[in-house]
Amino acid sequence: MTEREFRTVGKAVRRVDADDKLSGRAQFTGDMSVPGMAFAKLVPSPLPHARIVRVDAARARAMPGVYAVLTADELVNMETRYGSDKKDRPVVAMDKVRFQGEPVAAVAAVDLATAEAAAELVEVEYEELPVVSGIDAALDWRGEPVHESNLCHEYGYEWGDVDAAFRNCDRVFEDTFTFPMVYHYAMEPHVCIASYEPGRIRLWTSAQHPFLVQAEIARLFRLQLDQVQVVVPFVGGGYGSKSYTKIEPLVAALSREAGRPARLALSVEEAMRTVRRHAAKATIRTGVMNDGTIIARDCVGYVDTGGYTDNGVRVTERLADRMPGPYAIPHVRVKSYGLFTNSTPAGSYRSIGGPQAVWACESQMDVIAHALGLDPFEFRVKNLVPQGEEVRRGKRPIEGDLEAALRSVADAFGWEASRERAASERTSGPADGGVKRGVGFACAVTNSGASPTSTSLARLHADGSATVFIGSAEMGQGSRSAMAQIAAEEMRIPYEKVRVVASDTAAVPWDRSTGSSRSTTLMGLAVQGAGADIREQLLRLAAEHFEAFPDEIDAEDGQASFKGETVAFSALVREMFGGSGGELIGRGYVTPKHPSGKLRQDPVFWEVSIGAAEVEVDTATGEVRLLRYYSVSDPGKAINPKQVEGQDEGAAMQAIGHTLLEEMLYEDGQLLNPNLVDYRVPLFTDLPGEFETVLLETGNGPGPYGAKGVGEGGIVCVAPAVANAVFDATGARVSSLPLTPERVWRALREQQDA
Amino acid sequence: MPDGMTEIPVRFTLNGAEAEAAVAPRMPLIDLLRGEFGLTGTKRSCDAQVCGACAVLLDGQPVSSCTLPAFEARGKAVLTVEGLAADERSAPLTEAFVNNAAFQCGFCTPGMLLAAKALLDADPAPSEETIKDALSGNVCRCTGYKKIVEAVEEAAEAMR
Repeated sequence: MTEREFRTVGKAVRRVDADDKLSGRAQFTGDMSVPGMAFAKLVPSPLPHARIVRVDAARARAMPGVYAVLTADELVNMETRYGSDKKDRPVVAMDKVRFQGEPVAAVAAVDLATAEAAAELVEVEYEELPVVSGIDAALDWRGEPVHESNLCHEYGYEWGDVDAAFRNCDRVFEDTFTFPMVYHYAMEPHVCIASYEPGRIRLWTSAQHPFLVQAEIARLFRLQLDQVQVVVPFVGGGYGSKSYTKIEPLVAALSREAGRPARLALSVEEAMRTVRRHAAKATIRTGVMNDGTIIARDCVGYVDTGGYTDNGVRVTERLADRMPGPYAIPHVRVKSYGLFTNSTPAGSYRSIGGPQAVWACESQMDVIAHALGLDPFEFRVKNLVPQGEEVRRGKRPIEGDLEAALRSVADAFGWEASRERAASERTSGPADGGVKRGVGFACAVTNSGASPTSTSLARLHADGSATVFIGSAEMGQGSRSAMAQIAAEEMRIPYEKVRVVASDTAAVPWDRSTGSSRSTTLMGLAVQGAGADIREQLLRLAAEHFEAFPDEIDAEDGQASFKGETVAFSALVREMFGGSGGELIGRGYVTPKHPSGKLRQDPVFWEVSIGAAEVEVDTATGEVRLLRYYSVSDPGKAINPKQVEGQDEGAAMQAIGHTLLEEMLYEDGQLLNPNLVDYRVPLFTDLPGEFETVLLETGNGPGPYGAKGVGEGGIVCVAPAVANAVFDATGARVSSLPLTPERVWRALREQQDA
Repeated sequence: MPDGMTEIPVRFTLNGAEAEAAVAPRMPLIDLLRGEFGLTGTKRSCDAQVCGACAVLLDGQPVSSCTLPAFEARGKAVLTVEGLAADERSAPLTEAFVNNAAFQCGFCTPGMLLAAKALLDADPAPSEETIKDALSGNVCRCTGYKKIVEAVEEAAEAMR
């Protein structure tokens, strides 16, 4: 039997949300209105660290048009704290504030202007505490800590005999790198409408993980899961910023207090005081032989999780998981620490801990290659973990051929020729010698997929069309379209006949989350299961219809055929129910025990990340121009190749932001640049002249048709590739991001002085 | 409406039709469009004239409706994404966005389409550099920009 050709999988189909999103009809949470809803405004703490002595909301409550003011005093008959790993975040600040902008109270009023005016009338008396600013201060702190201590979490692992191994190395290198706090800038700031009614809470919110929000709200308000409905309309960008639970508990509590639905829409400034990426500091000690063989690596990393844990536990762990790199190293020791400071709580951001870890690891790889006189590309290749071997002891082996992936990017980029050209230009270049070119490379693997737990339902209607139910939030990644493709493929019906209902906990079955590059792989498997369930039912019905065996039936394009006769799926469904209506229901479960056997090991898959960069450095000003950037994306099997490219390009562009431009600046706990004028994100004019994704389809993923996740890999390697290119161009090594003109210029001066 | 503030009557053309409203002096155009006319395609994001999510065309020119007072629309023609989508002449532009995967979350898309339309109306054959410059007042955090440039190039060709 010849292999069946895909009808929609692998094709750049028209996204199911195209018409909505190109016409302005797409409904985001902020576009919704619930009858009687109040408008909310936060009362933020102006201080980064202080005890709350007194909150007086009397004047605000007395203002005409004000329905309610929520303070810590109102957090009764409910749990008061939430959080994904540690329940340390109060719904509104209790006893003390831990970062500037932490909500101390919230007002619900007839309109936004009234809410804003009333928020100004809430009087809060504080007793200031010394401010814990940054990782170094948090480590060496003698004053009152942010929580019971400044240590949020610690983690580590080890194999081999690291200390003995270092004694036997030819050379040992030790380098420290720092990564700044950065902000996701999802263009839609967090927004939530909550309606608290007796025995029921309904929420419409910009959340990535509707079912985790549902569970958190149910726990906080002591309700059953079925009493909490979380609906996630289109999400205007997530990138991790809307992971887990953010403003939903506050809005639900405010609705309870106001006795009516309440809507809170944050500004960009407030969103920057809601979540950010962890700043990090990482020190890596590496022992090598003179031929470039890495023998031992000892890594110590710190992440700054801000005022509350948010996702600090997992980020601390992922930083450690990702620090030693994709290399076969016989002796490894890694320790990581998550630290509290008085700043915006840090949560998930596209590849948690990944860019921070790989910035350090891949910068140091170049330091070592240069010191040993090796081509930085070949030095990496020499040490890569071979396919099928463990990159972290006890974890899933690397499923892909990393060397082949690296060479595919180097070939596309023209690594050797570019390197030689840049070198010869530097020696024979223009007389002023002011602008220098260089190339840089970086590679990594990241453990992705979070937990392998998803479910899906599919309904094949009596007219042959279908509806698929998924928990994934549509935040731009195109999950609804990919799921429609997979469902159509499995049910053997045209893509255009599939409708997707998503992210409404009262309508769709459970899913863990939308993040960690997991949806195509795991929700994809659930949808594949639901679609296959329907197909099998159809084959049985067709077998009855034709008085044949199911395996004698062909099913394609919405109809079943046997020996030249055909019957439409719609007719089979109606036949089964004996009339005009009816439908088939299919289900898909994804658990670690999935029958494919591919989900037993952690991680769900390894996401490959590779970057090659060519830069121009103006040595007079320190300005870095990124001329060319090549990335790789291995989706295993691309369900929709255009969307895969889009994920990779978007991730790489965000990384260009943290590489060259972006940094949240704090002084004494005060955020200095809480707006898009002072916090500069990449614009069209920052697009490199060549910006390419090399698409590999290795077919080795655990998802449907060999697919695996993408979307995070592209963000991981840009910073080290660019910094390595700056080094290649100038000989100056910059160990802090972003590579601002001032930072690069100072590094150049130090280089000259040395 | 607090006492002592006078509403300003505004007549303008909205997506090709006559429109009338009375607005407070400081009401930004975006609030008029979203609140009074229910045109929620126009999005609010940075509130600082950087991101372009709120861009609409005022007499064919892109403006930030988050900061432009609504009364400034008086006597002028306002085009929002809803008007653009209803105009068949813009179909090659929106289709080029589909073909090139030039949108993801869709939050920047309304402003992006309008800025691209203003560019193509003024310059039917823009160079890549011209496109980047013309759209540099519009942020997209999802796509990485390249596919939007390609979409505008394709649209330019299709519309010529």
